[in-house]
Amino acid sequence: MPDDDKVTATAADKATETTVAPDTSDHDLLSMDVGQEGETLLEIDHVTLRFGGVVALNDVDFSIKRGEILGLIGPNGAGKTTCFNVMTGVYTPTSGEVRFNGKAISGSKPHKINQLGIARTFQNIRLFPEMSALENVMVGCDARHKTSVLGALFRAYRIRPEEHQLPENPLRRSFAKVFGISRHTLEERGGRERSMELLKFVGIADRAHELSRNLPYGYQRRLEIARALATEPQLLCLDEPAAGFNPAEKEDLMDLIRRIRDLGHTVLVIEHDMKLVLGVTDRIVVLEFGQKIAEGTPEEVARNPKVIAAYLGEPDDAA
Amino acid sequence: MTIITQHTNRLRDRLDGVPTWARALGMLLVVAFAFYLPYLNILPFAYIRTDLSATGTDWASVLFLVVVYMIVAVGLNVVIGLAGLLDLGYVGFYALGAYSVALFGSTSSPVVEAIQSKFGLSEEWAVPFAICVPIAIAMALIAGVILGAPTLRLRGDYLAIVTMGFGEIIRICARNLDNVTNGAAGITNVPVPPGPEIDGRPFFNVSEPERWYWLALVVLIIIIWLARRLENSRVGRAWLAIREDEDAAAIMGVAAFKYKLWAFAIGASLGGMAGLLFGSKQQYVEPNGFMLNLSFLFVAMVVIGGSGNILGVLIGAFLLTYLPERFREFQEWRPFAFGVALVAVMILRPQGLVPSRRRAREFADRKVEAEEAAADA
Repeated sequence: MPDDDKVTATAADKATETTVAPDTSDHDLLSMDVGQEGETLLEIDHVTLRFGGVVALNDVDFSIKRGEILGLIGPNGAGKTTCFNVMTGVYTPTSGEVRFNGKAISGSKPHKINQLGIARTFQNIRLFPEMSALENVMVGCDARHKTSVLGALFRAYRIRPEEHQLPENPLRRSFAKVFGISRHTLEERGGRERSMELLKFVGIADRAHELSRNLPYGYQRRLEIARALATEPQLLCLDEPAAGFNPAEKEDLMDLIRRIRDLGHTVLVIEHDMKLVLGVTDRIVVLEFGQKIAEGTPEEVARNPKVIAAYLGEPDDAA
Repeated sequence: MTIITQHTNRLRDRLDGVPTWARALGMLLVVAFAFYLPYLNILPFAYIRTDLSATGTDWASVLFLVVVYMIVAVGLNVVIGLAGLLDLGYVGFYALGAYSVALFGSTSSPVVEAIQSKFGLSEEWAVPFAICVPIAIAMALIAGVILGAPTLRLRGDYLAIVTMGFGEIIRICARNLDNVTNGAAGITNVPVPPGPEIDGRPFFNVSEPERWYWLALVVLIIIIWLARRLENSRVGRAWLAIREDEDAAAIMGVAAFKYKLWAFAIGASLGGMAGLLFGSKQQYVEPNGFMLNLSFLFVAMVVIGGSGNILGVLIGAFLLTYLPERFREFQEWRPFAFGVALVAVMILRPQGLVPSRRRAREFADRKVEAEEAAADA
């Protein structure tokens, strides 16, 4: 069975994996403009999504505030990933609306939504397997670059370089002084630098030049986060980032999520693992059967009888 | 087979270690040799010439055709090798390039005659060659966009079928639009590039094919230079990401449709450029010169040579153009040999003779996966 193979391979990878290197990245290069903390960033406004007779989301309604870490939890099949897909433009809601910064985004193309500032990772990892880790992140960086196809072809858009951008080689140096440096070159260089910083930030810079398909499982998960961060999202959505992690790795991940928030990103986490969700989030929304059944701080949610019932089942003497 | 792969990889790794200046010098030597090729007459190297026997084809003309098909292969490589779109109608763009220069530049084309009578111009007047070039490229490019805009929403086999239809549509239009294209009779007097007259004859004429070869070679070198720039930029990265996982790429902000359309348009304009050179050298275009099997030949060049790798597709174009000309004696065996070669390459080296490293790995991984699946079953 191929699936079994994958599981054993993952376990073997993990055994050899070293602990995450400390974060040595340059935060100035990565930090974002936070905007007004506490204002509403994303609103899911009474969204309903039907596939034929199946109601995947039923009148789901919640919002995410700037600068917070929001958890989206619920048992299997509750509609968490579907909710993600509606937010990132994969599905268009049957009724209701998704608003980002007050602007309706439901029905927009996925790459447009990314440009607005929403990035995500995938529950089942979807990297570009034949590209190196660095290249994967650079694809994300390209989302913010301005070089056009013709710009990459003719490199005619020149920018007067600053002193530190000038090349070492004296011949090239004087050429760059007279004709400037093409935007393509500057962006390519900047993207490479930023990508490297992001890899350091998530702790996998030691294998930056390896093909992403050859990376161990934990590295792949973190690479997905780095790639999503590269698109400079205001809102980062993580779809079960801790799936398949051991407790130590989960600790690292919680720390990483907090550091991402500190950079200025708002984070939405889908997660099964209650300990992780309760430990890292500011607020939690609980879905069950496509409906929101609870919302509140981790303590409130953990005490909510509906949530306990959804996760543990109704006690026999409930009636 | 694995031995060959390892060998070429080792060769490549060693080439990587060569300093830049040595590589530049090597490239310069290769280019200089390419320019010298038409005069190659030293034994034993002269055996590669195609005009040794009385029935042989003129050597410089063969070289010219090889280079024109190399331009085609580099253009098609952008579409197939980089963006991963299977285009089986590439001959359509090639035909458009050739027909554009004929329709606007030839004094005997119905289009030019109509313009002459409308504006009272002399019988000698036609659109100058220098203006025909941008017209031809623009026509092919626009055709690429018109074909791509609706069809690039399709994936895989469906795209291949639609493009194949496009190639045929262009040829059938050329044959049947009698009052525009002269129909099956074709158009004569296709203009040649301007140049100083020597001995009362234009610089680019039928009896000195080596000049045409040099012209095409210069165009090819410029095109390779530009294609490599695209490959090593965000554009090449976007194409690769789309090939690997289109949906994930879109969610990461890659405008997938836009980049696919660009790949199509760039490929189309290179096809048009090649067609323009071909039509201009022949000084005659006719619909039968652009049959569908030419499309398959173009795809075969890219696939056999090694899609995704410029050196690979150049070798593919060279082999599939040169070998049939060199061994004309065995002409009736040509389809058979072609078929055997294709099957052999598909079995022994499906990634192509000189594949890009990435493509080679993709094929190797797929093979391992298939073997694992077979072992599990």
